[in-house]
Amino acid sequence: MIERVPGAFHPFVLPFVAGMVFVLGWCLVGMVRILVELPREDRRRFFLSLVTPKTAWKNIKDIFLNCLIHVRLWKRNKVLGYMHSSIAFGWFMLILLGHIEVILFVPERVHFLYYPIFFNFFVAEADSTLQGSLLMFLMDFFLLVILSGIALAMVKRFRSRLFGMRRTTRPSVLDRVGLYSLWAIFPLRLMAEVFTAHISGGSFLTGPINALFLHFFSNDLHYMPTWWAYSIALGVFMFVLPFTRYMHIPAEMLLIPMRNAGIGIRHPRRGFAKLEYYSCPGCGVCIDACPMTASRANVKDCTVYLNRQLRRGNERRIEQISDKCLLCGKCTEVCQVCVQGPELRVAQRRMRSYALSPDYSQIDTAPMQAAVRGAKVLYFAGCMTQLTPSIRKSLEALLRRAGVDYKLMDPDGGLCCGRPLSMAGREEQARELMAKNTEIIRASGCEVLLLSCPICYRVFRESYDLPGVRVVHHTVFLRELQLAGRLPLRSGPETFVYHDPCELGRGCGIYEEPRRLLDGVGTRVEAASHHAESVCCGGSLGSLTLGYRQREAIVRASLKNLTAEHPATIVTACPLCQTTFARYADRPVEDISQTLLRNLG
Amino acid sequence: MIDFGFNLAPSSAVNLDEIDLSRYRALLRMEPDARICMGCGSCTATCTAGPFSGMSVRKVLLALERGQHVEVNRMLEGCMLCGKCMMVCPRGINTRHLILSLCRIKQEENYD
Ligand code: SF4
Ligand code: SF4
Ligand code: SF4
Ligand code: SF4
Ligand code: SF4
Repeated sequence: MIERVPGAFHPFVLPFVAGMVFVLGWCLVGMVRILVELPREDRRRFFLSLVTPKTAWKNIKDIFLNCLIHVRLWKRNKVLGYMHSSIAFGWFMLILLGHIEVILFVPERVHFLYYPIFFNFFVAEADSTLQGSLLMFLMDFFLLVILSGIALAMVKRFRSRLFGMRRTTRPSVLDRVGLYSLWAIFPLRLMAEVFTAHISGGSFLTGPINALFLHFFSNDLHYMPTWWAYSIALGVFMFVLPFTRYMHIPAEMLLIPMRNAGIGIRHPRRGFAKLEYYSCPGCGVCIDACPMTASRANVKDCTVYLNRQLRRGNERRIEQISDKCLLCGKCTEVCQVCVQGPELRVAQRRMRSYALSPDYSQIDTAPMQAAVRGAKVLYFAGCMTQLTPSIRKSLEALLRRAGVDYKLMDPDGGLCCGRPLSMAGREEQARELMAKNTEIIRASGCEVLLLSCPICYRVFRESYDLPGVRVVHHTVFLRELQLAGRLPLRSGPETFVYHDPCELGRGCGIYEEPRRLLDGVGTRVEAASHHAESVCCGGSLGSLTLGYRQREAIVRASLKNLTAEHPATIVTACPLCQTTFARYADRPVEDISQTLLRNLG
Repeated sequence: MIDFGFNLAPSSAVNLDEIDLSRYRALLRMEPDARICMGCGSCTATCTAGPFSGMSVRKVLLALERGQHVEVNRMLEGCMLCGKCMMVCPRGINTRHLILSLCRIKQEENYD
């Protein structure tokens, strides 16, 4: 390989160079801004994690696996996974191989930004070396890989159903400009390299096509416009990149190390939150996953649109989208970049100012403290279980049967656990209630705090400070009693399906205990989507604006998912799920404590 | 005046011509469903905050229509947003959001 262009420069590289400088500058400024916006301790933690070998290695691994290979997407949808990784990994390889070529053959040009990209323009093949032809082969190979990905992308844009996606996003105007320039880049690169293949050498792809074209064209003049077009396509793509969803490429590369450093959302629009909503490539996977989309009117309230509106700063829509969500967490579960849809929304809700704020300072907990003193196991039924007394009674019957020495914390109605308030963004008021509840629990001197509502369970587990108290959900507690032989169960012919409540499953990672319990009393079938992908019942307190009527379609869709295998009874472990389902179900819906009580041996 | 150990309660008569309905009207614009409450009291019966503060969505709506803002504020300050009232309301009113909206409505003057 020898250089053939005097001065190693040609004006056609200018669009690319300008675009590249612009985008690098933009990202650098953006990165500094995000770092500045982080709270000081988070920033310290981030820099520390970068120099800790373990996290540093994890960062490299995660960036490789997620940004280039898209493993999470592969797990969801093989075709989509191939499409994204072929383009990302292929492009990365082209750039890497370009650099290797420059280092091997013209090392003095290695600091030229454009040299590795337009290598084939600037060199001529002088002798055929083994390394050279291997590199050329690889270049052609990865170009072909990318082109196959682009072809899939084109099909997907117009026929997304072929990819198993019912709904996909509608790109904005600038997104389209970015998209079409991205589509143009690689065919243009192919043509440009084809036209120069007899000068700079080519492999299995560019070589034969070049030979074919030489039959039509008598001179080399036409290759110049193609190189220009290639450079312009690159330039356009890079100039629009900061204003399109392609911003996710640089954003994700910063998001991964920050997440690995343990940084979370602190401010609704600054720092980490901003990074999250810029990291969303708009793949649209969260649309089909979101339970709200059971009714078409809610499609535009999915996380992908939240991210888009946050980038645009459309306050009216941000508020609507933030308030409607059920906070079920499914979008985060399926998202390839793990955008925390629910957390982002709660952060927006917290920004709101109210003219009137609740005040619980008048509530005197002394009598409640006195009533629970000396309990070993303290059972807090909570608001939702108070509303479904049969669940409370069933659980109490089971506890008595197993000989558990327990006390009820709220026999005549207690305080709320605080989670509904914090879901509504009223964190300060929630803290006030938590402090009151903490007083009562501490005064009881209990060892175990038993909860029958996953909403309470999660908040007691995550946000309360209760040293020496084991916070446990009744599914886990009952399973332990069963294993200890204190809860004899009788197995029957009944078939059950278990619904994973969002707060218990995705929220707290409890999936197996309730299933094992049900295995002891009958035959268990699975819902169409279950475990971490279970579908919210639709009754969630997470949503502020969804009313009774708007929830019906969501509940029915969730029921359909549950009854795919025709179970006789639907069992869940959340009083809210139970009430919500029971409203529309065509078969019995029970809390697991009710099922077990019916089947005591 | 001689202290008899008791006195007359201040009049609680509501003069419908003089009360301030601006807050109620603002609420109706944000939550048209407030009109369909039939005063059944299910929300009151299930209210978590009720025993501690006398909170009741039914009474809040009634007091708003009567322009009794001090009572409204006192009740709203007790609500824990638990959502039980919303789950039991036979008219399907999103009472929880209604309460949030009421808390947001900027009061023209300080009623307390
Ligand atoms: S939020 Fe996640 S799943 Fe949804 S479009 Fe963005 S990247 Fe895809
Ligand atoms: S948290 Fe649930 S309801 Fe909310 S956007 Fe995500 S999937 Fe939809
Ligand atoms: S009620 Fe049950 S399914 Fe619905 S959001 Fe809560 S935990 Fe999820
Ligand atoms: S949301 Fe407020 S008003 Fe409704 S039941 Fe709960 S505490 Fe009572
Ligand atoms: S439950 Fe509904 S209809 Fe009944 S009083 Fe309360 S708000 Fe009105």
